[in-house]
Amino acid sequence: MTHRDNRIKPSEITPVDVFLNRRKLIAGAVAMGLLPACQRNADAAAMPADGEFSDLQSWAASTTEKLSPEQVATSYNNYYEFGTGKEDPGRNAHTLVTDPWSIEVTGEADRLGTFTLEDILAPHTLEERIYRLRCVERWSMVIPWVGFPMGDLLSRFEPRSSAKFVQFFTLADRQQMPGLRSSILDWPYREGLTIEEAMHPLTLAAVGVYGKVLPNQNGAPIRLVVPWKYGYKSIKSIVRIHFTDERPRIATESQREGSWAWQTAWNAYAGNEYGFYSNVNPNRPHPRWSQAVESRLDGSFPTPSIRTEMFNGYAEQVADLYRGLDLIENH
Amino acid sequence: MQRWQIGLLKAAVWVACLAPLVLLYLKVRYQIGGFLANPSEEILHTVGKTGLNLLLITLAITPIRTLTKFNVLVRFRRLLGLFSFFYLSLHLIAFIWLDLRFRWDIIIAEIALRPYLTIGMLALLLLIPLAVTSTRGWQRRLGRRWSKLHRLVYPIAILGVWHFWWHGKQASNEPMIYAGILTILLGYRLARSWQRRQARLRASTP
Repeated sequence: MTHRDNRIKPSEITPVDVFLNRRKLIAGAVAMGLLPACQRNADAAAMPADGEFSDLQSWAASTTEKLSPEQVATSYNNYYEFGTGKEDPGRNAHTLVTDPWSIEVTGEADRLGTFTLEDILAPHTLEERIYRLRCVERWSMVIPWVGFPMGDLLSRFEPRSSAKFVQFFTLADRQQMPGLRSSILDWPYREGLTIEEAMHPLTLAAVGVYGKVLPNQNGAPIRLVVPWKYGYKSIKSIVRIHFTDERPRIATESQREGSWAWQTAWNAYAGNEYGFYSNVNPNRPHPRWSQAVESRLDGSFPTPSIRTEMFNGYAEQVADLYRGLDLIENH
Repeated sequence: MQRWQIGLLKAAVWVACLAPLVLLYLKVRYQIGGFLANPSEEILHTVGKTGLNLLLITLAITPIRTLTKFNVLVRFRRLLGLFSFFYLSLHLIAFIWLDLRFRWDIIIAEIALRPYLTIGMLALLLLIPLAVTSTRGWQRRLGRRWSKLHRLVYPIAILGVWHFWWHGKQASNEPMIYAGILTILLGYRLARSWQRRQARLRASTP
């Protein structure tokens, strides 16, 4: 297997200020402790005490497709830290402690350290965005997330031009997560994006669904949502963000590298089935099933089968990220 | 065993074989036993697994009968085998009707291209002649060839468990349990036939 060198030159990296407007920059500076808190933004985000968000902005580009019922999205989950069955996370994830929560930021950025969830959220404005979610297992949902652009958060850490990739890590605590007793995946769960993907305005840091705080089984308290990639890229319960200049090592079928550090969790499990990019692609079948169609879990029976769109229907927004890249080879 | 006792046993087998279908209906229709986020998948998996369960139970009749001398069991072997065929047919129907919604182009391509579907389909096709010739009439007509033909059930069971093993995203323990049980059931037969051959050899050499 050969890999084209698609590194981006530092000069090609979009400057941070494209992603952060001035107001947000000030707010970011407040949260980082650079400016006094009295200048803190009035619409500062925080986790609501009663579990329900109020005054959410709604995002203009939300899909108008029929929403998946809340009960579907909160009872049918893949979160192997709480068991491999779809109902397991809903049953077992109550043991996850999400408060207090903090995220450790490491690697190629200038503002490193450990930040509390309150600090992470403070400068951002939360909005509701309805995205399609396409699982690699061939089912899909339509989910109203509550969150803010991940790029706005990442910019606050001031990534250096050497930061070409961003890694995300899920909590791995045996006390709270019974699924860790199984060695089906190498824990902690790891995901990664190129810096361009991570900074893309569609890439969301989500803290809620259906207007409420994220239920534990959906990745509380904060998770990634990348709507044009298969669901497993949208890592849950993030405890660490790492900026790196290193290309991810791609596992081949038989090769499980001793050092898994920069191999995403599912890629390490089966490299030919779950690639680094994992963009939704109806033309690239999973080795064991076609990806041309999907079962839309919208609460009706029989479950409708619909054609899967390239990039899960977000091609217009994201296809440019992959210009010149063979998306079958680089799956 | 009395005639009425056998009749009662037969009724119990019918009830036991139909129960999974009734329970599945209640589950899907009235959400009895919990909310179902993906009822189509629940149906596909339940009828498939029930069919495989019944296939393994059918294969267990002979060993249990010889070990326990409970000979009446053999009377239910055909019924259990036919119920297995019934559920596995429902499994194919669910795949076409619920999973891929009559998208014949994709259904045919999937069966041809995905090895786990190819072997599953092959297993079901091989079951058809066994179901057709399961009657007493066919048994009489085929004579010795009947038991030869019905030995097809061994490769069918291997294909079925293999299909189950291969289908999912992750390696779960469940297919391994099925494979373990199948190994015991087939291993028992291999051991028996080897024993019989040894006995024959001993008898033929003075």
